[in-house]
Formats: sequence, C-alpha cells, structure tokens
Amino acid sequence: MTTSAQRTIPGSGLIKGLGVTITTMFKTIFLPKKYLATVNYPKVKETLVPRARGVIALDQDACTVCMLCARQCPDWCIYIEGHKESQPPSKPGGRIRVRAELDRFDIDYALCMYCGICVEVCPFDALFWTPEYEYSESKMGNMLHDMDRLQDWMTTVPEPPALEK
Amino acid sequence: MVTDNDLVKHLSEAQVSVELQTEDMTLNIGPQHPSTHGVLRLVARVSGERCFDVKPVIGYMHRGYEKLSEVRTYPQITALINRIDWVSGYANEIPFIVAAEKLMDVEVPERAQYIRVILTEMARVSSHLVFMASYPLELGAATPLFFALRDRERVLDLIEGVTGGRFHPNFNRIGGVKPNAGSGPITKKTPQDLPAGFLGETRDAMSVVLDTCEEIEDLVAGNEIFRARTKGIGVLPPEVGAAFGVSGPNLRASGVKFDLRKVEDYLPYNKFDFDVVVGENGDCWDRWWVRLEEIRESAKIIQQAVDGIPPSGPLQAKVPKVIKVPKGETYVRAENPKGEMGYYIVSDGGPGPYRLKIRSASFSNISILSWILEGVLVPDIIAIMGSLDFVLGDVDR
Amino acid sequence: MTQFITDLFSNFWVSLAGKLLLVATMVPVIGMLLGFAEMKLSAKMQSRVGPYFAGGRWGWAQLIADGVKFFQKEDLIPEDADRPVFKAAPILVLVGTVSLFLVIPFGPGLIFQDLSVGIFYALAISSIGTIGVLMAGWSSANKYSLMGGLRAAGQLIAYELPLVLAVVGSVIMAGTMSMTGIVEAQISAGFPFVLVQFIGFGIFMIAALAELSRIPFDMPIAESELVMGYVTEYSGFRFLFFFLAEFANMFTMSAIAATLFLGGYWLPFVPESTLEFTGPLILIGKVFLLTFTMIWFRWTFPRFREDQLQTLAWKVLIPLALANIAITATLKVVL
Repeated sequence: MTTSAQRTIPGSGLIKGLGVTITTMFKTIFLPKKYLATVNYPKVKETLVPRARGVIALDQDACTVCMLCARQCPDWCIYIEGHKESQPPSKPGGRIRVRAELDRFDIDYALCMYCGICVEVCPFDALFWTPEYEYSESKMGNMLHDMDRLQDWMTTVPEPPALEK
Repeated sequence: MVTDNDLVKHLSEAQVSVELQTEDMTLNIGPQHPSTHGVLRLVARVSGERCFDVKPVIGYMHRGYEKLSEVRTYPQITALINRIDWVSGYANEIPFIVAAEKLMDVEVPERAQYIRVILTEMARVSSHLVFMASYPLELGAATPLFFALRDRERVLDLIEGVTGGRFHPNFNRIGGVKPNAGSGPITKKTPQDLPAGFLGETRDAMSVVLDTCEEIEDLVAGNEIFRARTKGIGVLPPEVGAAFGVSGPNLRASGVKFDLRKVEDYLPYNKFDFDVVVGENGDCWDRWWVRLEEIRESAKIIQQAVDGIPPSGPLQAKVPKVIKVPKGETYVRAENPKGEMGYYIVSDGGPGPYRLKIRSASFSNISILSWILEGVLVPDIIAIMGSLDFVLGDVDR
Repeated sequence: MTQFITDLFSNFWVSLAGKLLLVATMVPVIGMLLGFAEMKLSAKMQSRVGPYFAGGRWGWAQLIADGVKFFQKEDLIPEDADRPVFKAAPILVLVGTVSLFLVIPFGPGLIFQDLSVGIFYALAISSIGTIGVLMAGWSSANKYSLMGGLRAAGQLIAYELPLVLAVVGSVIMAGTMSMTGIVEAQISAGFPFVLVQFIGFGIFMIAALAELSRIPFDMPIAESELVMGYVTEYSGFRFLFFFLAEFANMFTMSAIAATLFLGGYWLPFVPESTLEFTGPLILIGKVFLLTFTMIWFRWTFPRFREDQLQTLAWKVLIPLALANIAITATLKVVL
C-alpha cells in the first residue's frame, strides 16, 4: 500500500523526475501567464483581499475615549490619553454636557500582533482594518503611528466583501 | 592465569588498536543550522560519520505561553496561541476553544462547525505541503520546495479571504467563529461570513493541490536516490512510539491505525467520509508517504464540507458579552497536523483561565530522538529529523 | 599590418603573454556566464523568473555585480585557522581548473598547446583540485568544514578511477592521446565515438559530476547539513575563486567529454574547410548541451549518502568501465 510507484525499469523514477522538471521549465518560458508563479514586486503589486489585516485606521470623530481597545489589546500597544471638556447645553436650561476629547492615540506597530481584538471590541466604529502593508521604517521609533497618521489610513479602508450567496 | 593463547590474542588486538588510535568528536549540530526546523541543538558524539550519543537540548524558543495565559482573557489567548505551531495556524485554536465551550456548555451552530472543519483541514493541507517542500530540500532536491510552496499560496489566500490572516487567523470565538467585524453600530451588521466565490475557489484550489501532489509524487516518490535515502532509515517500532508518546502521522506510519478525528468529537468529522492512512514499516519513507496521502484525504474532506455546508445560519451561539467561564477543569485533545495537541484548562470563574496546560505534539515527537539516532550516520540524522516534522514553536511553546 | 602581427606573435614570449592573457580573461567570463545560465535555468524549472533587475529586463549584469561584490568584501580569516594553508587552498583549486583549458581543442589549429599526451595531462592536472579541497577543509578551524573536506577527499579520489577508465575506451579507438588527434580520428572514422562508447560516455559524465561535487554527488558541500562544507569559512574573493573554479570546471569537463565522445569541433554535415571558424561555435554548442544536462540533474535529484556514493563508484562504475575497456580492445584488434 505504501509502495506507490511500482517501477519495473530501474532508473525510470529518475527519468520521470527529469521529465517533470523539463516540462515545468518549458511551461514557465513559453506560457508565463499561466505558469509563472512570481510577480515582480515593486513594478507589479498584488491586490490583497478586503479583509486582509494590514494596518489599523482610526476615525477620530467616532472615538469616545472609552479605553476598551487599550484594555483588551494582548500586547498593550495602544496608548490613549484624553481629557473631558464641558460643552454648553443643547437647549437653554438643560444640563451641561461633558464630552471626552482625544489627546493622544498611538498604536505601536512594532508591538502589534495584528490580532484584531481592538477593532472587534470598539463599540463606536472608530477602528477599521485596511490591507495596506507598505509602512516599514528604518528606525523602530517611527513604527509608532500617532493620531493623525492613523486618521490618514482611513482613506484606504475598503468596502467589506460581498458574502457567499 | 594468562596462557599463550591469551597472549597471542591480546597482542593482535593491541596492534590494531594502537595503529588506529582515534577519538570521538563532539559535534554540535547547533541552534543555528539549516536543517533543525528552528533552534534545536543536538550534542552528538561522532566517530567519523557514525554518531553514538545524541542529546537534544531544547528551550531556546520558550516563550512562556502557559504563564502568559494566566493574565489574559479568552479572546486574547485565542490570538496568542495561533503562534504555537506557526505552520498550521488555525488548528492550534480549535482544542482550546472547544475546551472552553465544554466548560460553558455551549452548542456551536452547524454552519460554524462546517467552517471550522474547512479551515482546519486547510491548515492541515498547508502544514503537510510545508513538509513536502522542506523534506526533499534537506535531502538535497531543491525543486519540490517551489512546487509545494507555490500551490500552498492558493490555500493561504483562501484562508486570508475568510479570516484576514494567512498564518494566524484568530477566527474562533467561544460559541462559534467570529460573527461580525466589530461591535459598533455599523460593524455589528457586517457578518464575517464566507466571502462571495469562496466555495468555487475552494474547489479550484483543491484540484490544484491534488495536481501538485501528483507532480511531487512523480518528481520525488519514484526517485531511486530518494528511496535509497529514506527506505529502511529511522525505523520506529509501534510499541516504542506509543511508549514515548509519539502521535500523528509519525505513529500512523509505524502501522498504528489511530486518528483522533475518528475517536474524539471536537468537530463533526463523523459526517464526512475519509480514510485513516497507515504505513507499513515506520521508516522515513512511510512517514513521507503518509503525509502525502493525508493531503489527499484532507482535500476529500474539504470537498465534502464545501458540498454539504448549510447555506445560511448563525455563526456564533448566544453567549454573554463579557465571557466568564464557570469553575471547572477539562482536557480536550485534537488531531493537529503535527500530532495530538491538547489543552487542559483549569477555570475559576474569571474572564481568563486560572491555569492552562498545553500538550503539544512536537514535544513528545522529538522525545524519541535519543533513541532513534543511536548509531546512525550523520546524513541520516538530517533525514530522520526532517521526517519527524516538528516545529520548535510547538516543542518549546 | 597582418605581417607585423604574425611576426610579433611568432616571438615566443609575446605569444606566451597573449595566451596567458586570453586564458585569464576566459576563465572568469565563462564562470560568470555559466553561473548566470544556472540561475536562470534553475529559476525556470521552479516556476520563477531568476535574476531580473540587474542590468535591465534580463538581469544579465547579476553575476558581474556578484563578482564585484565578492571582490570588495572584507577578508575574514578565522583566528584558529592555519593561515598559509587557508590562503593557498583556493589558488590550488583554481590552478587545477585553469590548466585544463590549455588542452581543449576549439578548432583544427586552435588549441593553446597541442600536447601529444593531451588527455593524460588533463586527467593528471584535474586531481590537483582534490588537494586544494582537502586543504580548505582542514585549515578552516571548523568541525563542519573538516567533515566536508574529508568527505570530499574520499569522494574525489574514489571517482578518479572511473573517470580515467572511461576515457581509455575512446583513446583505444582513436589510437592517440593527443586531443586534436582524437578529434581527427573521429573525423576520419566518420562518426562520433559516443555511438559505440555509450557506456564510457555515461560513466564519464557521472564521474565528472562527482568530480565537480554537484548534486547528486554533493556530500562535500551538502548545504542542508554542513552549511557549504569545506567552503564555509571562505568569504570575499577567496569564495569567488571557489565559485569560479566550479563553473569553469563544468565547462572544461564538458569540453573534454565533447572532444572525446561527441566529436569535438566537428559535425558530420559541416564541410571541413570551414572548421576554423565554425569549430569553436560547434564546440560551445555541445558544451552548452552537456552543461544544461548537468544543471538539469542538479535541480531534480536529491543527494547520495557517502557510503552509497562509494558503493556506486567501486562496485558499479569501475567494473563497468573495465568491461568496456576489455570489449573495446578486443573489438579493435579483431575488426
């Protein structure tokens, strides 16, 4: 049962192997569209699927500084600071509203595990995944993306993909 | 009393041992090596090309998973444990989540179960394709590497389409799979169900994988040099394997017909029709052959699951927002691509486990290294180690 | 003008300098061309592209860039290494290869030196490389290099015998040991010797693969076990010497095989008067076919274990070669 290639001629296994290699070579040279497995990366870029976890984008207006994402992150790589501001009541005689303002929202991508728990637990739709991946730096300190940079990533957030049937 | 006969025998022996006075060499097949699948260190006493005493030294990659789990919640641990056996990412999450579900007494909906089966079997195909790629490379043939990895990309793209991650999906939740993209007003209504075209692409990808299996079989299986390097090398008798705790394809290659997918019920494998592949002799060739056939069996399971998946349904059972698992302890084991993986959870009612013990497959699989590498040649060390298919993340956790 | 050049080159010293210069340029160029061919062909066999960026679309400048890169690297010698031996080893290996160029006939008069014992000289000089390999393995203070060097010593010495014995059949048929003489014998016989000496040809190609330490006889280097074997501790231009020596040796072994068995610079339907111009092209075409086969074998097969290697040499190839000689000699006397 385990002797798959019941070979009869000694050396036929070697010849079969040679055949596989030479046919792959001719297929790659003459039919590259179908058989060439690599793309020339900087000139040709593959598009990733919409759900791919590339980088996290922040929508500052939606964030209420509830700190859920920072608490749930397994690596504790989200740094949030905020303060409370009072706003005048919406109609005269009403109560003073208190609103939380975001001072600092940093995600340290040198620590981030790309697990997605922060995106998942946010109750206010402030964090989104995008498939961008070209943000490598030469200094590790630059991997800490601050509030504005995270806001810039929002332009790359794709539409969720259509579902099966 | 020393007779003349004794003296003569002694003299002739003395002559031989004086002329060829050799010493054994202690060779450190060190943590940095092209073929040790990670940072495994083997301290081998070698005499010429034959080695006598091999001691594996592990622990270079210990990351402290069990300690990390003591201070984290269940969703956080699910994100971490993908990285134990990083080649087959999804399969590491399954026994942990099933153990937590057992403690909480939650029933998983059927569509979620089918999705779990499809993703687990894809993880198995992916892991065995990595083996198909790296094992001939250790023996010197460089081309099957590219064929296997080229077609593994199709499977990884499919996993990425569903979960967002290729190697570390983080897709299981207690009660099912990840139901929605988030918890906010809009994202609560974005289900993380299978994307459009997934089922058709899966069927295509499986036929490509089967074609690659044929190609690798033509290139490698009948090759006389490959057979000479692997047949009869590193024979593992089934009793020795079972005594050391070897599991998975390594034990099945020795003739033991034992597959946890047929024994345990952590996933609905009883709905699918597949064979348990068993080898004959337990040598390196059989271990390679069993894994090749297991790719074909997994492709069969995936085809059946894709045909039989319920067309719609909830992705997660009803569980409270903040999950607290009731007190208790349980152990669930599953058939990982590398062998038997089990999680023992001791829970005290909190948001995370009190103690998590991980029984990983490769740790037990390489416990036989001292026994099996006794008296073999140095090239055979590489062949045998490669055929056991272990990953250091799985050994050291 | 042409009279001046002919007079100039009839001076012994000038022609000697010219030949040395020619060989010194040929070896790196051929080494780089064959290395580049190997990179591209192996890539196509593996569904990928190979070098692409260096020099534009084809990546033709890749090996030139690699050569410059190796040349300008730091010259690292391990502290415990045996310095004179360590430095001398790559030179010995390169000398063994370059000296083989001297007896390859590119055309009817186009040979560096037409020795009357051409093939004997070639086989003798090619074994200098063995000493170089052993020196390299021993002098790098590294257990892995030592293992690689010792394996190489065993393998290269074992495969010298089938190499030599395979050649004898062709020499018997030609009746002379001079390389040009063998090609002339094939021209006058009207067929290349491979049609009759196919066993000898097969043994010669297998033994040549083993002498070059290429997969499937890769044990001295054994990348997945010994991290480049005896070459592990070499970097910079010393590594470049080993690298060039391997590819130039591929060329010379294939050229010797082409001369002895395939008819050298002659093809049956090419008129003999044009052989001075078309001869080199024909020889290079045959060499290309043989090196393509070597590259093809390298990327398809795994490697033999050392004892299986030795079994193949001593128990299979040598008896076959001896039988081949016996049959050839008998037939030559009878017919």
